[in-house]
Amino acid sequence: MKAKTETQTAVQTAGNGKTSGNLLLSIKDLKVWFELRRFGFGHAGYVRAVDGVTFDLHQREAIAIVGESGCGKSSLMKTILGINIPTEGTITFEGKDINLYDRSDLQWFRSQVGYVQQDPFGSLAPFMSIQRILEEPLIIHGVKDPKERLRRIRKVMEEVKLTPQDEFMPKFPHQISGGQQQRVVIARAMILEPKLIVADEPVSMLDASVRVEILKLLRGLQESHNLAVIYITHDLSTVRYFSERIFVMYAGQLVEKAPMDKLLKNPRHPYTRALLAATSDPDAENATHYKDVPPGEPPSLVNPPRACRFHPRCPEFMDGLCNVQDPPEFLPEPDFHTLCWLYDPNLDATLTSIKR
Amino acid sequence: MENNSLLNVEDLKLYFRTSRGAVQAVDKVNFRLPKHEAVVFIGESGCGKTSFAKAILRLLPRNVLEYSGRVYLHEKDTMQMNDDEFRNGVRWVRMSMVPQAAMNSLNPVLKVGDQVAEPLIIHLDLTKAQALERAKEMFKKVGVPVDFLNRYAFELSGGMRQRVAIAMALITNPELIVLDEPTSALDLLTQANIMNLLKRIKKETDASFILITHDIATSSELADRVIVMYAGQILEDGDAKRFFEKPLHPYSQKLMASVPRLRETVEPEFIIGQPPSLINPPKGCRFAARCPFVFEKCKLDPPLFDLSGRLVKCWLYEPGMERAAA
Repeated sequence: MKAKTETQTAVQTAGNGKTSGNLLLSIKDLKVWFELRRFGFGHAGYVRAVDGVTFDLHQREAIAIVGESGCGKSSLMKTILGINIPTEGTITFEGKDINLYDRSDLQWFRSQVGYVQQDPFGSLAPFMSIQRILEEPLIIHGVKDPKERLRRIRKVMEEVKLTPQDEFMPKFPHQISGGQQQRVVIARAMILEPKLIVADEPVSMLDASVRVEILKLLRGLQESHNLAVIYITHDLSTVRYFSERIFVMYAGQLVEKAPMDKLLKNPRHPYTRALLAATSDPDAENATHYKDVPPGEPPSLVNPPRACRFHPRCPEFMDGLCNVQDPPEFLPEPDFHTLCWLYDPNLDATLTSIKR
Repeated sequence: MENNSLLNVEDLKLYFRTSRGAVQAVDKVNFRLPKHEAVVFIGESGCGKTSFAKAILRLLPRNVLEYSGRVYLHEKDTMQMNDDEFRNGVRWVRMSMVPQAAMNSLNPVLKVGDQVAEPLIIHLDLTKAQALERAKEMFKKVGVPVDFLNRYAFELSGGMRQRVAIAMALITNPELIVLDEPTSALDLLTQANIMNLLKRIKKETDASFILITHDIATSSELADRVIVMYAGQILEDGDAKRFFEKPLHPYSQKLMASVPRLRETVEPEFIIGQPPSLINPPKGCRFAARCPFVFEKCKLDPPLFDLSGRLVKCWLYEPGMERAAA
């Protein structure tokens, strides 16, 4: 694959300190807005699903994007997969903007990025056997030899522990359990040996006991195949076992980007703190006190609040600042990016300047 | 029977007819609920916990094969009542339910205020104006703005719809409220807010609660007592505090170990295998095939052993047994 280096400079400036491999994916100022139309024509504003997202992903790195429904995490994911067209900004995969790909580049790109869907049953064709489901990507991507195809199907089934393979191959999705269906989805994402896996809430439809099994499987595959993984979830309690870095998304923006252990130990953004406070561990003590969470609901993305989008719900709200000026990215410690005025090193000066 | 118990369920069975055979969704469940207690039913999907709730409220589908046992509400066996008596005197008068995905179960063509007021008009013979006045008070109590009375369900967010469903269950002042997965389709912060609301309501009313959930972390928010269900049966029943400290049944222990923790670094484990089919459940202990402590006696069906107030359906707790699990 020929890689052009025109976007390489932009990539370097956005670089994050810790690197676990070569740069694989770089997203710069990405905006994905959907136009709203009144009566099918007439412009009626935009849904700002993704509004200024920047991050880098290196090879062999697992990141988690955490956010509530409607925060734009699925729109972000679909844009990375090349399904949505960005309104502004660039997505660079191995040095080349994916929106400048031609047909053959696009086919290559799709073989490099695997997608694990949220609902395993809904994403498997009900009329296809497991063998056909796994064979299809190979046919599309030009593996002509049936014996070779069978060999690769068996190999990938071994990797996701769908064994004995002969027993599973003729089965249809409805004949296997939810956990096994999710293994088939993972196998399908893996079969073209991609460099990147995008997993959209891969365990939210599964039972507690199976959930951990699937997460461990994904983590194992990530390590053994040197994969980069983008794990999208709303459940903070599972990210600990999965990712090196956590990005917290709120109303179309990444409000906090930090290494996993630092973020869980010392969350900075008030929204991240609220998310952590809302996540409980099983403990009878929970019943004795109320949770300290802000009221309200995430804002509409059509008319998001001015400046900091969390300010109407924020317990630390500073009038005149949070609702007037967009917070830039502050770095309270190395590698820890947070979009919150509280971490302005010159906060006092900023506050006096706005009071005048 | 003790006087302070509100609900007393004996040998409750609910079997469904399917093309592949009888599904034993609820199989001889015994349980007693005192006044003003919150009991949580936890279990994986398909373990019969929702069927159990529906069996108590007699909200049954058409393919029921067997529905038997005794359900005493105070001293009266509701299983002896006919459908009209049950509808007029029990359901939504003395016990109500917030169904699963309640936010999507609201009527799309009725204003939410009218929906919340409806049980009062039907069951308590209030006029519409009186009923709406009560609905207004209830909206304040559950944290829905009063002007939402005139809105339709689609104009409300998920969290607000859930609050409306809770208001509807509370409006007749029932003695028992069954909550079936009240937070499962909601966002994290909304979930926490709803749990805070339920905690407050529990403090303010005398009602008892049955909370049904697969989310063990959430269950600990409200529970006075925990019941673990597996394959249509109760495996463990006991005080919440002692349960979360140290579950007794091997399945409960495994289930607790599978919960990812945010604040601890324990590696979660998973349970190998799958729950048995309820069409032809294994004889003897139903968890035996996945149990790490399985031994000869597990071929027989264990009774519920009483360990100083905690009930466990496992042969390991037979008096005189050396306890591998403990």
